[in-house]
Amino acid sequence: MQINSPRFKERATSEIANAGLQKALVRTRPRFPASRSAAVEKLPEFEQLRDIGREIKNHTLANLDFYLETWERNVTNAGGHVHWASTADDARAAVLAICQRVGAKTVTKGKSMISEELAVNDHLEKHGITPVETDLGEYILQIRDESPSHIIAPAFHLNREDWEESFRKVHTGLDPNRVFAERKDIMAEARALLREKFLAADVGITGANFLIAETGSSVIVTNEGNGDLTQTLPKVHIVLASIEKVVPTLEDATNMLRLLARSATGQDMSVYTTFSTGARRPGDLDGPEEYHVVVVDNGRSAMIGTEFQEMLRCIRCAACMNHCPVYQTVGGHSYGWVYPGPMGSVLTPSLIGIDKAGHLPNASTFCGKCESVCPVKIPLPKLMRHWREREFERHLTPGGVRSNLALWGFLAKRPSLYRLVTRVAAKTLSLLAGKKGKFNALPLASGWTKGRDLPAPEGDTFFSRYAKQQRGDA
Amino acid sequence: MSRDAIFGAIRKGLRRGPLPAHETLGLYARLNGHPRHLIPARSRLPHAEQIDLFLRNLEKEFASFTRVSNADDVPEAVAEYLAGQNLPSALAIAPHPELRAIPWWNRPLLQLREGRAEASDMVAVQHGYVGIAETGTLMLPASPQRPTTLNLLCDTEIVVLRGSRVVGAMEEAWDVLRAEREGMVAGNFLPRNVMFVTGPSRSADIESTLELGAHGPRRLHVVLIDDMAG
Repeated sequence: MQINSPRFKERATSEIANAGLQKALVRTRPRFPASRSAAVEKLPEFEQLRDIGREIKNHTLANLDFYLETWERNVTNAGGHVHWASTADDARAAVLAICQRVGAKTVTKGKSMISEELAVNDHLEKHGITPVETDLGEYILQIRDESPSHIIAPAFHLNREDWEESFRKVHTGLDPNRVFAERKDIMAEARALLREKFLAADVGITGANFLIAETGSSVIVTNEGNGDLTQTLPKVHIVLASIEKVVPTLEDATNMLRLLARSATGQDMSVYTTFSTGARRPGDLDGPEEYHVVVVDNGRSAMIGTEFQEMLRCIRCAACMNHCPVYQTVGGHSYGWVYPGPMGSVLTPSLIGIDKAGHLPNASTFCGKCESVCPVKIPLPKLMRHWREREFERHLTPGGVRSNLALWGFLAKRPSLYRLVTRVAAKTLSLLAGKKGKFNALPLASGWTKGRDLPAPEGDTFFSRYAKQQRGDA
Repeated sequence: MSRDAIFGAIRKGLRRGPLPAHETLGLYARLNGHPRHLIPARSRLPHAEQIDLFLRNLEKEFASFTRVSNADDVPEAVAEYLAGQNLPSALAIAPHPELRAIPWWNRPLLQLREGRAEASDMVAVQHGYVGIAETGTLMLPASPQRPTTLNLLCDTEIVVLRGSRVVGAMEEAWDVLRAEREGMVAGNFLPRNVMFVTGPSRSADIESTLELGAHGPRRLHVVLIDDMAG
């Protein structure tokens, strides 16, 4: 997928002016947090389950080589095939080779963010194989040639009129005067058309929410059932999974599942949670004849042993972006690559390089909401701060910001000078602002005052007030 | 070789080589013991109450149910459900011995075809393996007697489940599967596919608003047989 992350500022500005997106954000913004908190309230053990989830992932990552080897052995024992891919190129080549060997013409696909990361669809198309996205949201995006704006609700940024317009344009075999009276009419049309694709496909490609070392299984979680049709009907099932998806046992996966749906959509369980282990067994009346897993690194192993290792606990629930004031204002496309929101601001620089990820680690107010809802307690603000430090060390931070930071650092290291300067500045600004108590323009602060007023200090610094209070004369 | 590169990079990050055999003993013990974690209190109930919780959760997830006192009453329950929903009486049914033992001939209007589901089938009858009270979830492991397509292709899926097969939590469902298959089948005890189904298919992809009947069944109905003694 093309990288547009360095253009975060321009894209965010234009997305704030995008009426369609803003309409969608107003509609969606309250829903995810409300559903999540309702589900969490009904499960008093949720906090403990989060701690357990974090420990399961930490334990797995500390022994990742062992669990991947165990998983691989069990896939093979169950008659499946494992393909290791260091890079996106390796992964695309592995997928294509399987599709070409079986002479595939069309490939159905379940929703998979790693597939977006690898740009599998483009690669298949280039070689004359037609990929068909079957998740409703991914389907409309494929029709519109757009990328997902959210990791679990990829087309949340679209409105009904967008769906209707695209369906009329692409589904040309149907009555042009048909009426979409309700949302379910849109869904029914997609269901009917995609059913034919499911039945005709030669290969089905899904992602994986988890891999199970103990049994060599892959797990997908969906509400629509499209992932299950994708992995059940064609003669070949290909799973795309990244190396950090593995957990040791079914019991470990069970704990993670209790966290996943609640954090994502506020459901206790998603509708379909399916464990796949190898290909069709003797006597089975359905299921694929071949089962392949393309297991992808693409930059993740380099995170192990660094301060970013904790990011590999992520289970892609999207709670962080659902609760992020920045994401909820600028939408997912502003982030310019596959993974938006706070998890993207940490993961994207790890996978594509901080030099290409531009402003992402700065696209945060550090309000801490993301960390507080993360089911595996990833300290997202801390990790973004580490990226800001790396950015600074590598001189990627713009000159103005650097010199201001240097000045601030100089003062902060000299407390009495710091207090003197802030006291003078607070007094001066307070006098300048006069009775209004705010500025609508101020030199060096136009970035702030262009959009809103800057409240003026009231004349006292925190330190002097605190000192007064301690003396008892506040 | 991608494989070597990946394992090399992982071990470099972990600042060690491959784990020596004595250090893997604990890890193998964890795999073989597959310890449970915390099971939420909500399903820690006497069995009769677990069944009630299971049925309540089914309804919460937009599924429906009929409760019958023995297997002989299943055909009537199925026929009445189909009539109530104005559905056809042709059924694709799982070739499972427990379903074969049901006296379907009591309802001669029901037309049964055993096997996997085909694209033209409207109603599927599936054999329920285990029900999970905590979330109202059906565990449906694939087997020659329980084809996966019956869970996916038809507009309506009817699952026949015995009340004695309702457990509290998913951990207990795994225990049932392990106990009945570990050592019984060669190799991996997991079948090709184990589906956990919680309600009928749905999507909120259009305007973040929930609609039922996305790609899988639009309706899910459970016929629960009260087979517990007393």
